[in-house]
Amino acid sequence: MNTSACNSVSLFTESPLELDSGATLSPVNVGFETYGELNEGRSNAILICHALTGDQYVASNHPITGKPGWWERIIGPGKLVDTNKYFVICSNVLGSCLGTTGPKEINPATEKPWGIDFPVITIRDMVKVQAALLDHLGVDTLFALIGGSMGGMQVLEWLATFPERLHSTIALATAARHTAQNIALHEVGRQSVMADPNWNGGRYYEKEAKPDKGLSVARMTAHITYLSEDALTRKFGRNLQSRDAITFGFDADFQVESYLRYQGSTFVDRFDANSYLYITRAMDYLDIAGRHDGRLADAFKNAAHVRCCIISFSTDWLYPTAENKRIVHALNAAGVPVSFAEIESPHGHDAFLLEEPEMDQMIEGFISAAAKARGLSS
Amino acid sequence: MTTLRKDLQLIADMIEPENRVLDVGCDDGALLDYLVNEKGIDGRGIEISQKGVNSCVAKGLFVVQGDADNDLHEYPDNTFDYVILSKALQAMHQPREVMLNLLRIGKRAIVTIPNFGQWRVRFSLLTRGRMPVTKALDKTWYNTSNIHFCTITDLFDLIEQENLKVAEFVPHMSDGTRLNMGRKRANWHADQALFLLEK
Repeated sequence: MNTSACNSVSLFTESPLELDSGATLSPVNVGFETYGELNEGRSNAILICHALTGDQYVASNHPITGKPGWWERIIGPGKLVDTNKYFVICSNVLGSCLGTTGPKEINPATEKPWGIDFPVITIRDMVKVQAALLDHLGVDTLFALIGGSMGGMQVLEWLATFPERLHSTIALATAARHTAQNIALHEVGRQSVMADPNWNGGRYYEKEAKPDKGLSVARMTAHITYLSEDALTRKFGRNLQSRDAITFGFDADFQVESYLRYQGSTFVDRFDANSYLYITRAMDYLDIAGRHDGRLADAFKNAAHVRCCIISFSTDWLYPTAENKRIVHALNAAGVPVSFAEIESPHGHDAFLLEEPEMDQMIEGFISAAAKARGLSS
Repeated sequence: MTTLRKDLQLIADMIEPENRVLDVGCDDGALLDYLVNEKGIDGRGIEISQKGVNSCVAKGLFVVQGDADNDLHEYPDNTFDYVILSKALQAMHQPREVMLNLLRIGKRAIVTIPNFGQWRVRFSLLTRGRMPVTKALDKTWYNTSNIHFCTITDLFDLIEQENLKVAEFVPHMSDGTRLNMGRKRANWHADQALFLLEK
């Protein structure tokens, strides 16, 4: 286990955070973890951006589930992202539910949980909060910014919004916009939350029953999109769950059903249903090129000094290679130095979290070359 | 000072320092690395193999996984001073389109080809009646990635047909030895040839 400093800070206390929607928030609390030490030159900070249902516990045990950090495989002392060398920061995104301001926190105006009175947020709003956290930590420029999936979307918004604070970035299995299919899948998830009578128009915090059924169905649907058909077939095939024959009923006859039910039921213990609505909405609203008359390259025109690395996975159908390549072409057209590879993997979208030797090698090479360029190599 | 393979050195010598260069099919990045570190080049690469990409990235180079047939059209016009395509034109599905693309995205293109008109190749086909397998072209017809072979004369014909200019023509052997001869004799003698092309 890694040692982390479990932290929380109140930001935007003097002047409020101005959201893309036009609404404002003040204060904004941020739950975050750090690993390693900021060096004297303040030049070794790495910010990790988490995905939709991720959190700040990237390399230390989760306080609710007790499970190891979600990217502990590559982050820690002596690991690929070496916390003996780098100061690693990971914060819970705006709108989430592990210490950062979101729908389950108290609205100062009413002294009750926000519920769906919480303003709708965007990926760029999340990034603005991260930038304020860096100010608080005394980090002017990041040595590296790394994120997969929705974390990668944050990386892209950083490149568009605060390029002057970046030295190098890695975005994995991501996209610069949500497609109709992406939005459609998220809408299924939101509708299943809202169809649960316990959701109660978003006001369930004071009640005993929470919209667990709805949220768990949303998670089950989403979980399918994180895997490939091949991965599901390899893992489960048509295998039956603790029985010798089908039961001619609606029990979880098949292992895959039992697996999904388990994924859904454990998810509700650690995630807030309203947060799920807000964060999926933020992802649906993402269209970076849309702010630049459809020219994605224009969004990156001030990032020509940032070293970039984009990685996609061959069986990821959620954010497929074509979407990742759109980003690469835009970066190239904007004169941003970028490396790209599509990693051959059977694991679908989730591959970025799993052991993929070619991915590891690419990340390791990229980070060590970037460290050399920043004068950080020992 | 790193030592380069001789055929790559021929290319490197042709490039003016501190220019922007795209190396299409840059392999492990040996040429790009040399250009970046020894000539102050702002270099980019395209490479199909994961091994090649990883090797380039570890050297601190910027390389996009892809190939000339599918990815060149994504680059804007006149992005580079030189675009290099080394011994790969014959492996393209659309060699003519690729060559035109090289000169669309770059001011100049450096193209090298294995010469199918070389006497050993001709002799091998004449006497054996089989697709030639030589030291320079060591794969059999069914497992070669070279699907559009041409001779030096063939490439000159295409270049003229497309109204492109040959700024320099360097016929050479596989070991990098230059042959000091015109295109007709070179088409008989040279293993390979380098063309510096302009619009």
